[in-house]
Amino acid sequence: MATSTHPDDRLYTSDHEWVKIEDDTARVGITEFAQEQLGDIVYIELPDEGASLSAGEPFGEVESVKSVSELFMPGDGVVVEVNTALEETPDLINSDPYGEGWIARIKFSDLALDELLDTPAYCELCEA
Amino acid sequence: MSATTDAGAHAITEPQRTPLYDEHIALGARMVEFAGYEMPLQYTSLIEEHNATRTSAGLFDVSHMAQFRISGEGAYAFLQRLLTNDLARIADVGAAQYTLMLDDEGGILDDLIVYHTGAEYMIIANAANRVIDLAWLRNHAPDDVEIVDESDRTALLALQGPEALRILSELIGEEFEPPARFHLVAAMLDERIPALVARTGYTGEDGVELIVRADDAATLWRALLSFPEVTPVGLGARDTLRLEMGYPLYGTDMDETRNPIEAGLGWVCPADKTGYIGAEAVARARAETVEERLVHLKVEGGIPRQGSIVRANDVTDGAGTEIGRVLSGSHSPTYGFGMATAYLPTRFAEPDTEVTVDIRKKSVTGVVVKPPYTR
Repeated sequence: MATSTHPDDRLYTSDHEWVKIEDDTARVGITEFAQEQLGDIVYIELPDEGASLSAGEPFGEVESVKSVSELFMPGDGVVVEVNTALEETPDLINSDPYGEGWIARIKFSDLALDELLDTPAYCELCEA
Repeated sequence: MSATTDAGAHAITEPQRTPLYDEHIALGARMVEFAGYEMPLQYTSLIEEHNATRTSAGLFDVSHMAQFRISGEGAYAFLQRLLTNDLARIADVGAAQYTLMLDDEGGILDDLIVYHTGAEYMIIANAANRVIDLAWLRNHAPDDVEIVDESDRTALLALQGPEALRILSELIGEEFEPPARFHLVAAMLDERIPALVARTGYTGEDGVELIVRADDAATLWRALLSFPEVTPVGLGARDTLRLEMGYPLYGTDMDETRNPIEAGLGWVCPADKTGYIGAEAVARARAETVEERLVHLKVEGGIPRQGSIVRANDVTDGAGTEIGRVLSGSHSPTYGFGMATAYLPTRFAEPDTEVTVDIRKKSVTGVVVKPPYTR
């Protein structure tokens, strides 16, 4: 896995999700590594807008032909927007996991900053 | 993110490799253990590989499958006793048939293709059953029958799809006349590779399975891939292709606890053939109506997975009652809906019957269909 594929403008979880903080909300998605492991994504279960969820709680599912993965909240927060484009074209996550394939925008009230990984630390995790 | 997968691998000790292992690695395939072999799950994209097979041509390494040769004076009588289908129907040299091997209680030991090669019969069996099948065959074989396990000496490649026969004729020569469906012919491929060309497959597409010496496998693989119309296809798409057609997978859709009538394979057990192992049990199951049948479900709104609970919709039977569990569950790349198999009580086996399938936290509708799946 080439390190350059993970942008350095965001943070990562050890569960292969990314969090990109933009002002007072943050976009979340899954990483290049995660989408490659899953393969062709054909189905996504998005959270409800307005849902208030705690850290570690599942907030959605990403499903490929062969397997399914739950998405876990990287912190406490409220879902302010979901990427509805994924309902029709979930494979945006395959083609552009860090851009068009974002999953939800969340207003975090708490984020375990010390547990999130920066880009070099995440690259190290993927290569381990 | 935490992933669960249902690739259906059976872990044994050291996984074996087919003669094409290095080719898979060179193509960057994601490898998975299946039936004791390290096999390609996918090369680039399961959906692309699936679609390439439906629209052009897919190339599969199926060398993990077992291959036996049965010869000797008593071969015909022996196989008539061990296999359910009627060998008299493949009296022509080169003819092949789908058949089953049963235990005394009618339980399915394996599903096989048997080829009548002339002096001998050749059997292609499921890789995971190689040892069990061989033991069963040898334990029942009389002195005038010889059984040879050819599995390690040969490779098996499948070329499937609407372009398959045209590509093959380019490798053999314009004068090549492909064998009829479920027939086999020996041919020289690319002027250097002797092969048995069988017009059989597991995808629902026209195409061939090619049996070659293990040493020739990589040469043939590369020759076929040199055609731009040919895409290498892994086990992932092999599974979605066969499931769209409703072809059962041994070990998942049936095993020794199920008889052919339950498994929807009564057509491989001709009612007028008697005297084979398990025949009485099949006749009984046929006469008495079995309690459960293998059904195929079309599922919208989610992808059923192995173990998903199937519930009754019919309130007279108690709506919500568990009536079965999903065995094969996947997504149809061709049609975009979910597909599942399950043994359900016979009254739920009629096409168009609606049931409920639990997909983790939600419940979606499943409709019984008669495969192949269509839009």
